[in-house]
Amino acid sequence: MAILTVALTPRGKMIPAAYELLTAGRALADSRKEPLCAAVLGSKAPEFAKNLLERGADKVFTLSDPRLDNFNDELHAKTLAALARKEGLGQILLPATVAGRSLAARLSVLLKAGLASEVCEVRQNGTGLKAKRYQYSGNVVSELEFKSQTQVLTVQAMVFPPAEKQAGRAGEIVPVALDASVESRIEFLSYQPEESSEIDLANAERVVSGGRGLGSAEAFKAIRELAQALGAAVGASRAVVDSGWIAYRHQVGLTGRTVRPKLYLACGISGQIQHLAGMSSSGTIIALNTDPDCPMMQMASISVQGDLNELLPLITAEIKRRRGQS
Amino acid sequence: MKNTPATVNMPVDSATGKLKTAGLSYAMNPFDEYAVEEALRLKERLPGSTATALTLGPDSSCEAVLREAISRGCDAGVLVTGPEFADANPYATSFALAAAVRKLHAEKPVHLLLFGKNTNDGNSGAVGPETAAWLDWPGLTSIKKIDAIDEKSATVWRTVEDGVEVLKVALPAALSTVKEINEPRLASLKGKMAAKKAAIPKWSSADLGLNPRELQAALSSTTVLRYSPPPPRPGGIRVEGATAAEKAKKLVDILVERKLI
Repeated sequence: MAILTVALTPRGKMIPAAYELLTAGRALADSRKEPLCAAVLGSKAPEFAKNLLERGADKVFTLSDPRLDNFNDELHAKTLAALARKEGLGQILLPATVAGRSLAARLSVLLKAGLASEVCEVRQNGTGLKAKRYQYSGNVVSELEFKSQTQVLTVQAMVFPPAEKQAGRAGEIVPVALDASVESRIEFLSYQPEESSEIDLANAERVVSGGRGLGSAEAFKAIRELAQALGAAVGASRAVVDSGWIAYRHQVGLTGRTVRPKLYLACGISGQIQHLAGMSSSGTIIALNTDPDCPMMQMASISVQGDLNELLPLITAEIKRRRGQS
Repeated sequence: MKNTPATVNMPVDSATGKLKTAGLSYAMNPFDEYAVEEALRLKERLPGSTATALTLGPDSSCEAVLREAISRGCDAGVLVTGPEFADANPYATSFALAAAVRKLHAEKPVHLLLFGKNTNDGNSGAVGPETAAWLDWPGLTSIKKIDAIDEKSATVWRTVEDGVEVLKVALPAALSTVKEINEPRLASLKGKMAAKKAAIPKWSSADLGLNPRELQAALSSTTVLRYSPPPPRPGGIRVEGATAAEKAKKLVDILVERKLI
């Protein structure tokens, strides 16, 4: 049974995870000697099809219906389930985004398929699949095995590198019509962008986070300035969010968001387990703190002890100088 | 809701690949607290409505979480239980929960199912939308606000990566809530008394009319082979320097050298 990756296009834009899924899917397709298929949904779907072929898909199903422009849990799931049944698609890979996770869950029931959420590793195991994922907020890795004939997986962001473009790589593009009789009880009313000029934490390659060690809301500005110089997203500890220095969507940790950047700077964050739960799988962790013995300084790849009010502006200025920004 | 370990610092037996759960204390999954609170707020907003807490687990120790919900103001609690549910995956859990909802719905119409965004142990966030799918009800996740609501529909705010979507959903439906939705209350003294006295019905797979073969297929759709601690992090280096300026420069040198900027 062929492998399908699902390319979601919120607000008419391809999400970066779509290319990461093609990398994961290509490895599975090669080990199964099956074609790699991709489905792209929304009225702009045909515009993205060639790109998906050039990045490794053998066949792209375009579901170019305006009813699929905004994510609709029911319509997307019913449409993809019908496609999977008709085309014999056995492994379905989705991004671990809000839409992807909801869609995967619904799809698993419609297809009577086992589900693995937010996997960080997946490989062929005889006729089935094995996958690894993090549980207990990143403190435990579980390895699971699928027994179901069809398998649905959401893939953690930034685990697989995005598939590279091979200009001119060709394949098949198959337009698929949305079944007119498919109905949904969910109606999209409106969308409000939030701080769109800022980089979103979930897909950020670099994150600069601030904690209570900064001392004040005023001092937190130094975090934004450093993040801007680095081209990084702004994160925060729960204490900082609870103090009202920054909005909840920036909170990293157990009750906040999980990030997996290549570079994570923890500034004035002591490293309570709740915070570590959201960022401990970051590539390089840099801790800046006055307390050399706090957990974050102990677990960091690189630690710098010192007064943040003094250090942060100096680091920002040094980065700007190197990048020719000043 | 789910009765989960009150810690995420879960010890693993590396030799057996099993979790060391002996002696752990359990509590209501922290994310479910927001779902319970929202149910109570809706109950206060909509006179005549009731809130029932529902959980699933292998034995009656899971009852504690239902009594906690009742102590906060829920009207009743129902436990779906049986040894087959030890280590049940989200797919099987939602299969059984949907059957329990059908049974409740047949007694008195259920308009809304509320779930936490995920659990602090399994982390999948799949049980809410999967339960909706088994019931063939609409389901929405990441809900931070329930706006207008009546018996027929609800207008809700969904937090997505790049902003907020406002959606209207026909009821009955299942919603998974995020932390932003409210601030959970503590149990009242009166509530604690009610919780102590409450009779908790226990429903087995047979009570729910679950087809054993279908349940077995759901339970074995995915199975955990082993648990292990995350790979250790390589030892770190300390950036030394006589002045802050020197440290800042050295740090940026390392970042450049490692191609991190």
